[in-house]
Amino acid sequence: MEGDIASMGQFIGAGLAAIGSGAAAIGVGHVAGNFLSGALRNPSAAGSQTATLFIGLAFAEALGIFSFLVALLLMFAV
Amino acid sequence: MAEEAHSEGGLVFHPLDQFIVKPLFGDGPIQWYTPTNVTLWMALAVLCVIGLFVIGTRGRAIIPSRVQSVAELAYGFVYKMVEDVTGHDGVKYFPYIFTLFLFILFSNYLGLIPMSFTTTSHIAVTAILGFGVFLCVTILGFVLHGTHFLGLFWMSDAPLILRPVIAIIEIISYFVRPVSHSIRLAGNIMAGHAVIKVFAGFAAIAAISPVSVLAITAIYGLEVLVAFIQAYVFTILTCVYLKDALHPGH
Repeated sequence: MEGDIASMGQFIGAGLAAIGSGAAAIGVGHVAGNFLSGALRNPSAAGSQTATLFIGLAFAEALGIFSFLVALLLMFAV
Repeated sequence: MAEEAHSEGGLVFHPLDQFIVKPLFGDGPIQWYTPTNVTLWMALAVLCVIGLFVIGTRGRAIIPSRVQSVAELAYGFVYKMVEDVTGHDGVKYFPYIFTLFLFILFSNYLGLIPMSFTTTSHIAVTAILGFGVFLCVTILGFVLHGTHFLGLFWMSDAPLILRPVIAIIEIISYFVRPVSHSIRLAGNIMAGHAVIKVFAGFAAIAAISPVSVLAITAIYGLEVLVAFIQAYVFTILTCVYLKDALHPGH
């Protein structure tokens, strides 16, 4: 394995950026878990809140996708 | 650079090669008028929508056929979503939102066919959709409310000293909307397809190939779900942005 220091930094940076996906996973788990605990307490109100659930999930997930995108950019575009 | 990264090691991964835009005929340079695989699969998505809604509901039967009931189900689903989120006066814009939903849904699902091309995995495609929504909503807000639309950024119920700060944050978040709106869709679809390709690369090793095939099957199932959820999320966020334009007062 030989290579220059720039590509080393590229790979390390891509790996670090991928940590963001895990952080987004925590966020998505929080949203879904809290929705479920609320829904089990009051099941009659749960049906009307699924849209809010998906919006919350989408916002949490988008940030993870951004970090994935940064990783991809470092790997393939820089 | 990408080639160097791939050439080392025993495994050959090209997870992003499936997103390369190629001309349909020959190998010439791509001009704006060149028919490419993007053109083909977009046209197929439009044809599927037409097939479902124009040909499928042609009978206008009281007791719907199978295709007609699918079309009615989709129509009712999106109609209820628009009405719930934007209120009664948002229903006017239902055709636009329904068109967006169907196009994204069918592009996502056609992209799940093996060897096909996913048009929504390109940020160029989703950015047009996302910025289109952004422009429509902004222009609509100014046409309907004039300068009152700027009340979206100037919270009249916040303490006066905080209002400029909140206004700056609100303006930034307003202009980031189309970016996150489009990258969310493209990123989700692209990530899912790239993961499938990476697992397909593992299938070349005999010892773990059964596990990898099982994993591909599981992820494919997840992707079927994601394809629908992303179309749903794109649509419902469009509804939310539309609601802000129709009722800018908080």
